[in-house]
Amino acid sequence: MSLSSSDVKRIAHLARIEVSDEEVEETLKKLSGILGLIEQMQAVDTTGIAPMSHSQEVNQRLREDVVTKTNQRELFQSLAPSVEDGLYLVPKVIE
Amino acid sequence: MINKSIKELSRMLRSGQVSSLELAQEYLKRIDKLNPEINAFVTVDPELTLSQAKHADILISKGHQNPLTGIPIAQKDIFVAKGWKTTCGSKMLENFIGPYDAGVIEKFDNAGAVNLGKTNMDEFAMGSSNETSYFGKVKNPWDRDRVPGGSSGGSAAAVAARLCVAATGTDTGGSIRQPASLCGLSGLKPTYGTVSRYGMIAFASSLDQAGPMARSCEDMALMMNVMGGFDERDSTSLNRPVEDYSRDLNKPLQGLRIGLPKEYFGEGLDTGVDQVIQQSISEFRKLGAEFVDISLPNTKLSIPVYYVLAPAEASSNLSRFDGVRYGYRAPEYNDLIDMYCKTRAQGFGAEVKRRILIGTYVLSAGYYDAYYLKAQQIRRLIAQDFINAFEECDIILGPTAPSTAFKTGEKADDPVAMYLQDIYTIAVNLAGLPGMSIPAGFAGNLPVGLQIIGNYFDESRMLNVGHAYQQVTDWHSRMPEGI
Amino acid sequence: MQWEVVIGLETHTQLKTKSKIFSGASTAFGAEPNTQACEVSIALPGVLPVLNKEAVKCAIKFALAVDAEIAPRSIFARKNYFYPDLPKGYQISQYELPVVSKGTLRIQVADYEKTINITRAHLEEDAGKSLHETHEGMSGIDLNRAGTPLLEIVTEPDMRSAAEAVAYAKKLHELVQWIGICDGNMQEGSFRCDVNVSVRPKGTEKLGTRREIKNLNSFKYMQQAIEFETQWQIETLEDGGTIHQATVLFNPDTGETRAMRSKEEANDYRYFPDPDLLPLVITDKEIEIARSEMPELPEEMKTRFERSYHLSPYDAASLTSSRSVADYFLTTVDGCGGEPKLAANWVMGSVAAKLNEEGKSIGDSPVSPLQLAGLLKRIIDNTLSSKMAKEVFDGMWSGEGDADSIIEKRGLKQVTDIGAIEAIIDEVLAANAPMVGEWKAGKEKAFNALVGQAMKASKGKANPTQVNEILKKKLSAS
Repeated sequence: MSLSSSDVKRIAHLARIEVSDEEVEETLKKLSGILGLIEQMQAVDTTGIAPMSHSQEVNQRLREDVVTKTNQRELFQSLAPSVEDGLYLVPKVIE
Repeated sequence: MINKSIKELSRMLRSGQVSSLELAQEYLKRIDKLNPEINAFVTVDPELTLSQAKHADILISKGHQNPLTGIPIAQKDIFVAKGWKTTCGSKMLENFIGPYDAGVIEKFDNAGAVNLGKTNMDEFAMGSSNETSYFGKVKNPWDRDRVPGGSSGGSAAAVAARLCVAATGTDTGGSIRQPASLCGLSGLKPTYGTVSRYGMIAFASSLDQAGPMARSCEDMALMMNVMGGFDERDSTSLNRPVEDYSRDLNKPLQGLRIGLPKEYFGEGLDTGVDQVIQQSISEFRKLGAEFVDISLPNTKLSIPVYYVLAPAEASSNLSRFDGVRYGYRAPEYNDLIDMYCKTRAQGFGAEVKRRILIGTYVLSAGYYDAYYLKAQQIRRLIAQDFINAFEECDIILGPTAPSTAFKTGEKADDPVAMYLQDIYTIAVNLAGLPGMSIPAGFAGNLPVGLQIIGNYFDESRMLNVGHAYQQVTDWHSRMPEGI
Repeated sequence: MQWEVVIGLETHTQLKTKSKIFSGASTAFGAEPNTQACEVSIALPGVLPVLNKEAVKCAIKFALAVDAEIAPRSIFARKNYFYPDLPKGYQISQYELPVVSKGTLRIQVADYEKTINITRAHLEEDAGKSLHETHEGMSGIDLNRAGTPLLEIVTEPDMRSAAEAVAYAKKLHELVQWIGICDGNMQEGSFRCDVNVSVRPKGTEKLGTRREIKNLNSFKYMQQAIEFETQWQIETLEDGGTIHQATVLFNPDTGETRAMRSKEEANDYRYFPDPDLLPLVITDKEIEIARSEMPELPEEMKTRFERSYHLSPYDAASLTSSRSVADYFLTTVDGCGGEPKLAANWVMGSVAAKLNEEGKSIGDSPVSPLQLAGLLKRIIDNTLSSKMAKEVFDGMWSGEGDADSIIEKRGLKQVTDIGAIEAIIDEVLAANAPMVGEWKAGKEKAFNALVGQAMKASKGKANPTQVNEILKKKLSAS
């Protein structure tokens, strides 16, 4: 599974990371090297092996349905790049 | 003073020989002097530190003393701490002031420990050399032309240069153990689920685990007594009885079965490192341990598996850095999508972007089964290797890293070569096991780390093994020159 | 060519929990922007999700209500995409292993019934809201809603008309309120439907390309949107065009649907199991606890009404059409001492007519079920004739008080004393000899006229049944 420049652009767009035309080649080279490393996996027969998501066989714990959080808008929004009237502002979303 | 153990300092604090304030001031002075060169700390805030120290003195005077009360430690800058700048080594969070406390921070605060500052790290913990930090490289105190390892390189350098008594680190693929090895100190990555991940900025959620970095196993046990334990805010935190990690420190090693995995001593291992490990084996033999040859046949696969799973999780974990609610936002953009793309292109460094791209690729439509699912299946094989091995031995011993500290810039442009640094450490994270590195000697004047891998929840035994070794060797108390 | 429309629904049901699905922030509607957006809701670095027990219980209750399978082990997954109202850059949802699967819901459409298959229902978190009108050239993001628990209920493409789709949506809407897992408030967005519409030549099997109408929050709009979309697709195909898979929005002002611009690019959500959450395991014990808290379901109640109350299927269905109607009816039955038929006639008759006239729902009825029961008691014990009861009911409706006080005030007590009625009838017979003659000549009508005279003489208070009986007896004897 080799990677092309257009793959790099497609992935970069999915990940919302701008990659300029000049950067594409270098990125492609580095990513291809890493993918080459990853390819070693394909030699292993994994038929019938259950995928492992967590190292411990533990079930999800549930919390009681109680409101524990109080309003901290002022503190949280002091960290925001652009806020007005309690709203986070972003360039207009087109639907 | 700077070579005293936590236990000794605690005794001195209790007896009034020294105050927490004096200790903090002493260390702040050292940081002032040495940090401009070493760059171990990214944030120092004397006002916050000294107020914590004063508070600790009050606690001590009232007799509310925990072994960590008044002890100056450093926090890896991956832990969100209220009122402290928390950058995770990234431009993305350059001006982010923590609005809440991570579980680990809370526990140290409750114990009355004093935070000297936030330590430098590879950006978002992605790296093995601390060269990917937006805030500059960290120098290895043993040789300033060399890297301290990573990603907890700042914490490692800080402990090695005696800029703090102990520090916290996090380990996703070796990020505590490898820098501990390269900087000549002790570092422990506990069993996954032992230390709260709440407020620890996520790299790869199913692998990340925080742990202590200190000079000795005895100090690490005391750190673990504070750090460890259940946190209901972390669904992966394990609700187990509270442990005293110091309880087994002085047990004899007679009859201990130590496994030596043949895959950890083959091609790729530096001969100097190998020699040091062989010497430590004889030390353990003298202590009464027995050795068994074991095999971890899927060791080699741990790197490809890791470089699928960790970037996949990271690509998703780092999506929240979008310039909307906090953190960096690009100054100029055309529209919303352009704002996202520029913000993330400018806010993240090259290695972080590479891993996000790899992670995005392996999860994308049509590739999931071949990469992600396959990696999760092999992950089970790797974990099974350890389960099989622990049928034959109590602990596993080997090198932490294939070589000693390498030169700054040596591998910076070759991600694959850099990734191979983690060949002996990654499998432990994939299996969720505890792993530890302790100083075992020197190769060419550079420290060599010995890795000890335990079965699940066997941290006390590992600390016992390390402590026994540190009772008969002095590698852990050696100090770099010029500090 | 004859066309057939094929419709499937995805419904986002906000679950009635106090706190969010993965954090302790409040889910109350209508707060100031971002005041219920805690560190987890805004996805600060380092925060983690912990699952709300009540949200899980709601999913179990829903499964029980639609006779679905409950997964003993289900998995939360991340659905990755960038959108400003999605703070983490991914939505926590369920993908491969949802908590609920394979249920059914029986719907009534005009004159036929039909079973709709529910493919799955999964737990997930709601997104925040983007406000586009508040700031020039900008969108404002309010994350109060982010993290509100949702149960997304997905059907098979089983519906064949807008009417069926609306009937399903209404039935589901009633059901989730009935079992208490959703407040059903559509204006506030508690119940939102996405409708997948495709058309195909009638008689063919292969499904056409579908377009998804997003976020319909009224049944009226749903009907209009589906009808417009169906027509548009048929016309497009008949004109030789092709349908492209798309997400469309319905504009209530124009009654038209149009494709969304922002969703043009093919989505690649990169689903994978959320490593921050462990498998959700539901035990039989938890299912039994949820079951014990379940109310009697509408279908069960309908059957009970038919069997034990001997109501017609139509009446039983009407009285179980919503929880509030059923509650009103049951309280009335209990309050009047158990005359279900009489209660049913009144609830579906006078009460429904008045409500309909005034455009009110049963919850707003000025006559409470207990007040109605008070009236019915006076009918049962013969205090009131049905005509008098109507008068008292009107009084109650306009707020004059309970039945007994109106009866007292207006002196409406029915005369049931046999002696008194006989005296009245004797007077009437004496005064109307010609009519008696007519009756004797065989004119049946004359009997009714005599009854009328007797009722008039009693000022309407005599019990009509008794008047009939006594009159008949006296005439026959004379």
